[in-house]
Amino acid sequence: MAAGRPVTNAIEVTGLTKTYGDLRAVDDVTLAVEEGEFVGILGPNGAGKTTLLEMIEGLREPDSGSAVVLGLPAWPRNPALLPRIGVQLQASSFFDYLTAREQIRTFAALYGVPAAHADEWLERVGLVEKAGTRVEQLSGGQQQRLSIACALVHDPDVVFLDEPTAALDPQARRNLWDLLSGLNDSGRTVVLTTHYMDEAETLADRVAIMDHGRVLVHDTPAALVRGLDAATRITLADGEVITTRDPAAEIARLADEQRLAGVQVHTGTLEDVFLELTGREYRA
Amino acid sequence: MTGPFRALSLAIMRGFFRDRAAVFFAIVFPLMFLVLFGSLFSEDSSPRVEMVQVGAVPLFDDLSDEARAAFDETFEVSHSDDLDAAIDEVRTGDANVAVVQEGDTIVAHYTLADPAGAAITRGAMQAFVDGANLAATGQPPTYSMETDPVEDESIDAIQYYMPSLLGWAIAMSAAFGAAATLQGWRKSKLLRRLQLAPVSSTTVVGARVSVTVSIALVQMAIFIGTGALLFDLTLTGDWWMAIPLVVVGTLCFMAVGLLAAAITKSQEGAVNAANFIVLPMAMLSGTFFPLEGAPQWLQSFAQILPLKHLNEGMLDVMVRGEPWTAALGPMLYLAAFATVVTLVAARLFRWETA
Repeated sequence: MAAGRPVTNAIEVTGLTKTYGDLRAVDDVTLAVEEGEFVGILGPNGAGKTTLLEMIEGLREPDSGSAVVLGLPAWPRNPALLPRIGVQLQASSFFDYLTAREQIRTFAALYGVPAAHADEWLERVGLVEKAGTRVEQLSGGQQQRLSIACALVHDPDVVFLDEPTAALDPQARRNLWDLLSGLNDSGRTVVLTTHYMDEAETLADRVAIMDHGRVLVHDTPAALVRGLDAATRITLADGEVITTRDPAAEIARLADEQRLAGVQVHTGTLEDVFLELTGREYRA
Repeated sequence: MTGPFRALSLAIMRGFFRDRAAVFFAIVFPLMFLVLFGSLFSEDSSPRVEMVQVGAVPLFDDLSDEARAAFDETFEVSHSDDLDAAIDEVRTGDANVAVVQEGDTIVAHYTLADPAGAAITRGAMQAFVDGANLAATGQPPTYSMETDPVEDESIDAIQYYMPSLLGWAIAMSAAFGAAATLQGWRKSKLLRRLQLAPVSSTTVVGARVSVTVSIALVQMAIFIGTGALLFDLTLTGDWWMAIPLVVVGTLCFMAVGLLAAAITKSQEGAVNAANFIVLPMAMLSGTFFPLEGAPQWLQSFAQILPLKHLNEGMLDVMVRGEPWTAALGPMLYLAAFATVVTLVAARLFRWETA
């Protein structure tokens, strides 16, 4: 963010609540996302991530609270807001029997975007060779790439991605990370839900950890880990394990003793943060 | 045509024509019935009487050309010299009647297995004998007869089946199309995705409707073309009124499909529900066989079915020579039915399938 420019929030969520029967799917969530920020909403399945996202997108009416996106209320459906947001829903929402090129051109036309621009997006997500292939014949990773391209084809200011890597194998997930990590380069705001710790840690500027409908914390991964009251474990090449609250001093001492070769430093991870916050192991 | 409307219509149209099962059940399957029924029932409804003449039968052999032509229309004659063998043929059902002339007496050995055929045989032969008697007197006939075929409700098979099967074809493809689209789009969340695009629901629904209506008009063209080319289909005066009738009928059965989708939870369930509604309705609306012989309560029940009204309307203007106003009543009924069913479907509709 350029110095001196006032920080504005792309998304402001205040006291958002949604109840289904006895279940409080989203429970009094307050959250602000800055313009140009990449935010990861992390939580186990059933934590309420998708419901929260759908309220911010304007697909669901909140029981109480409000979601404001780019200064406009998300609910009720606001035609002025829609061209400025891009959405990838959890399922692969495609038209039956259409090729990759036909899909993205159809979505482009809905936003008044010319076909040539749609083809450019096909190139940016690496699907030019698959342009003439019908979606049902694309691999899971290719479908997700296309789905993301369809969400971005009109160059929205804010883009919502709901678990884009959920069904992918590890290799396809990492390939998709390359694409995702560049999405906010041009000042675009990105909100991504995931139940993978490493994904949130790698991609997001800030991570909001959700459990049982509540946002427990919202900060940068580094700050979250720093806030942990957890010791750092240093494993030496000879197998000796040093547990310390002052890793800097300990490593300096090891350097003086010429014992740094083969050292592994294990600081806290978001899993430790989750354990600390909920008192239970993280299970995606 | 605006960009989004055009793009959506194109996407849906492509989806339809690339879905082999959809094309088969909307176009090929009903067309198979048309060709089948058209061929089955295109033969003369009363086949000729098979007559075996034993030896010379001067009464028939010496008929005037005019009388001979009439004779040949009624009888298909073969010859034999062995009376016992000829009677055996009648007994085994290979012939209807064996005829022998003994002096001035015509003896006919015929079977009663087919009473209607027997009556025709007896009556026709009696007529020829009477005619020959009259001619033998040399007197001019006192009475004469002229025939004037009247086009009544008992029309040719193809004339009946083309509009009836077309009604069924349209009902199927409209109901299945709407049911499968709504369920499929809901399941894949495409419906949600479109809700988040800056297009109105009018545009989305309008695109879907325009594609289904176009498909129905294509079905209509194919049916009329097939009827005219393969069979002797003759359309009557105000047949063009069937076009708006088909449009309203399509809307009505799309509404039925929406209802099927609203009350089911999966795409298969929706298509099955649509089938469950449309197929019995086709039976009761006289698509496969006329209902004249059905019990009165069944015929009364059929009057509430929209397909019955679509079929009757199309029969009236396409083949019965009724004026275009005959289609207005059915159109009104179909429109009212569509409105009610759509409102019910909208009330029952849930965004979530679970």
